[in-house]
Amino acid sequence: MKFAIQVLEGPYTHQASDSAYSFVKAALDKGHEIVRIFFYHDGVINVTDKADPPQDDRNIYNQWAELGKEKKIDIVACIAASKRRGIVDSNIVEGTRISGLGQLTDMAIEADRLVTFG
Amino acid sequence: MNEQETTEQNDENIKKIMFLMRKAPHGSIYSYEGLETVLIVAAYDQDVTMAFIGDGVFALVKDQDTDDIGIKGFIKTYPVLEQYEIEKVYVDRQSMTERGLTVDDFAIDVIVKDSDEIATLIEDQHAVISY
Repeated sequence: MKFAIQVLEGPYTHQASDSAYSFVKAALDKGHEIVRIFFYHDGVINVTDKADPPQDDRNIYNQWAELGKEKKIDIVACIAASKRRGIVDSNIVEGTRISGLGQLTDMAIEADRLVTFG
Repeated sequence: MNEQETTEQNDENIKKIMFLMRKAPHGSIYSYEGLETVLIVAAYDQDVTMAFIGDGVFALVKDQDTDDIGIKGFIKTYPVLEQYEIEKVYVDRQSMTERGLTVDDFAIDVIVKDSDEIATLIEDQHAVISY
């Protein structure tokens, strides 16, 4: 099945990022396709490369970067939401990109299921 | 091939996309940025439905004045939905009445539906995007 993922909350404060990540990993393990992961609202903060969380905890930013780089998942932060929150092309983790709400529209059209976290 | 069949063929690339508006208009940005998404998806000529449920129904209350909370406010944007040909704007009856509202309180025309009718609408969609 083709899944599209929308994440609406920033990392750590809410469980949305962790749940979305776990869902994506499980879906890939089961052989499903992830059309795209789209970050909106505070969700765009998930792709900042300026964070440095404690080493004994999960690094949510790097988890997304690995999904983007190694699994070649298309990971997009909304440009309008990013601009509100100081997320720009020069401060996002590798394997992610910033683009418009058209990317959300396209994945809603293409996917069999759109799952929102947050 | 008659005209109706032609139209149906052309409609194959149009998906039914429903927005569930769940949150109050102020206190979080969900409702505001959610509305921005609705307008983008509508610009892609998709078959858009909106349903306001829970505190989401407050987003439609007319004559909102946000001056005292120092934010822009976006109730004036809602009439634009008509220009985007978004006519399927539903309000959950129970959510509305629980909050002491009637259709006369809203800034735009809406269709009031019972929760089970909204559930049926959700089942009928290709994608449901909730904010």
